[in-house]
Amino acid sequence: MRSHDGAGAQPGRSGSTSLTAGGVPPFEPTSAGGRASTYEIVRRKHPWRFAAAIVVLLLLALLLYGAANAHQLHWSVTGHYLFNRAVLVGVLRTLEITAAAMMLGLALGVIFGIMRSSHNPVLRGVAWLYVWAFRGTPIILQLFLWFNLALIFPRVDIPGIVHGTTVNIITPFLAALLGFGINEGAYMSEIIRGGLLSVPPGQTEAALSLGASHAWTTRRIVLPQAFRVILPAIGNDTLQMLKLTSLAAFISFNELFGTTESIYYANSEVIELLLVAGAWYLVASSVLSVVQYYVERKFGRGFQRGRQQALVERLALRAMARLRTRAV
Amino acid sequence: MPSDRASKEGNRTVVECHSVVKSFGSVHVLRSVDLEVRESEVLCILGPSGAGKSTLLRCINHLEGIDGGWIKVTDQIIGYELRGNKLHELSERAVRRQRGLCGMVFQHFNLFPHFTALQNVMLGPVEILKQPRGEVEARSRLLLDRVGLASKVSAYPSQLSGGQQQRVAIARALAMNPRVLLFDEPTSALDPEVVGEVLRVMLELADEGRTMIVVTHEVGFAREAADRVAFMFEGRITEIGAARAVLEKPSEARTAEFLSHVLV
Repeated sequence: MRSHDGAGAQPGRSGSTSLTAGGVPPFEPTSAGGRASTYEIVRRKHPWRFAAAIVVLLLLALLLYGAANAHQLHWSVTGHYLFNRAVLVGVLRTLEITAAAMMLGLALGVIFGIMRSSHNPVLRGVAWLYVWAFRGTPIILQLFLWFNLALIFPRVDIPGIVHGTTVNIITPFLAALLGFGINEGAYMSEIIRGGLLSVPPGQTEAALSLGASHAWTTRRIVLPQAFRVILPAIGNDTLQMLKLTSLAAFISFNELFGTTESIYYANSEVIELLLVAGAWYLVASSVLSVVQYYVERKFGRGFQRGRQQALVERLALRAMARLRTRAV
Repeated sequence: MPSDRASKEGNRTVVECHSVVKSFGSVHVLRSVDLEVRESEVLCILGPSGAGKSTLLRCINHLEGIDGGWIKVTDQIIGYELRGNKLHELSERAVRRQRGLCGMVFQHFNLFPHFTALQNVMLGPVEILKQPRGEVEARSRLLLDRVGLASKVSAYPSQLSGGQQQRVAIARALAMNPRVLLFDEPTSALDPEVVGEVLRVMLELADEGRTMIVVTHEVGFAREAADRVAFMFEGRITEIGAARAVLEKPSEARTAEFLSHVLV
C-alpha cells in the first residue's frame, strides 16, 4: 500500500496527486478492500424525513381525535343522511346539470373555437366578443341574469320551437344549464383554439392535397389530434363544473348542495349535512378522475407510449419501482 | 434506364406552367416560371433554398394560389376558370376535384398520426373518393406491399422509421391514382441510412412510367432517374435540359457553382 503524502509532495507526480487536494484519499482499486465490483453501497440516511413525517402524523392524529371527540358533531346524523333519498336525488341532479352544462359548453366551445381560428374577421370578432363577455363576468351574475330573464322578456316566441311565458319556460334547471353551459363555452372555446393550434399545418395540407374539404379535414384530421391536447383541460373543467354547480342552489335549483342546505335549515345539523355533501362531491370527482384517465388513453392512440401514460399511471409505476428497490 | 426515357418529346403534356408569378407580400417567390412536363417524364428541380422550388410544387396542386400566369394539369387550368379574358378563382369543390390530378409527397411525410399505415392509405379513396372499402383495402395492401411495408400495415406512424413513414406517404399518394406525382424534398428530413430505401421506391415508380416532378438535393438520384433536370434561382428556371447534359456540362455559371457545392 502506497502512503498518501498530500498534494504535490512528489514533484514528478504532481499531476495526479493534485486531484486529491480536498483531503479525500485517492481511490485505489487494488487496495485492501478487494475488487471494485464487490464493494457494498451504503445509502445515505434521511433522518429529517422521519422527523417531518412524525410531526405531520401527530398533527393529523390530533385533528382526528378532536373530530371524533367533538360532542357537538353528530356523526350519526351524517351517516343517516348519507343515503337519504332526497340527498341521492340531489346527487343525481348535480351529475345531470354537470353533464348537460359540459355538453352545451363543449358544443359552444367547438363552434366558437373554430370561429376564432377562422379567416373571416366578422366570425373571429363575434367569437372574441362572446369570450370577452362571458369570461369577464362572474358566473353567479350570469346565473341570476338567466333566472330573471322574464323581467325584460316576459314572453318567448320562437316560431316553430317555443311559445309561452318566460317564467314557465326558463325553469331553474334551464337557467342553470344556460348559465353554466354558456359560461363554460367561453372557456372551452379557448381550450379548443389552443388544441387546434397544436396540430401542425402539414396535417391540413396533406388532407387538402388528397382532395379533402375543409370540413372533412377539421372533423377527421385536425379535431381528433387536437382532442388529445384538449382532453386533459376538459377533464379539469368537468371537475371544476361538478363543484361549481353548487351555485345553482342560489337560483332555487335543488342539486346536492341546495338539498343538504334545505335539510339543515330545517334540522340545524349544519356541519353534519355539509359533510354529507362533501363526501358525495369527493366520490363523484374521484370517479370522474378515473373516467378521465381512460378517455385520455383512448384518444392517445397512435402516439408514443411515453406520452400515452397518464399521470396516475406514471406515479403508480414510479411508486412501485421505489418500493421494489426498498424491499431489496 | 435513362436512355429509354430520353424520348418523351412526343408524349402529351401533363403539366404546363406559363409565366407563373407568385409573391408573399413584397417577396417575389416565383418570377415568371415556364415549364412543360410530358407523360411518363421525370423532372428533377434543383436549386438553393429560397429559390421557389417548393412554392412551385404547391402552386401546381393549388395549395397556394398564383398571382399571374397559369398552370395546367392535363387540360385543366388549376384553381381558376377562364371566362372572357379573366381567370376567375374556382369554387372549393372544383379545386378539390382538381387536386385528385396530383399526388403530393411532403418533406415531413405528414402522415396522419392517429391512423395506422393502412388507414392512412385507405382514407382518401374511401372517404373522399367514396370508393368501396373492400376494393380499396385490397389495393392499399398491395401498394404497401410494393413499397416494402406489407408487415407494417397496422403500425401507427410513430412506430415507423422516417424512411418507412415516407414510403407509406408515397403509397398514400399513389392510392388516389394521380396523373402526376409531386415530391417536395422527400428525403431531406431522413436519416442518411434510410434515404436509399425511399429513393429506390421512387426509382421504381420512374421506371414504371409515372409522371413525376421531384424537388430534391439528391444529385445522384437526379442523374439516375430524371429525364430532365431544371435549376431554379431566385424564382426563375435558369437552366433546363436532359439530366446528364445539365449535370455534367451546365451552360450556366450559377448552375455549375451550385453543383460544385452539392457534389463535394
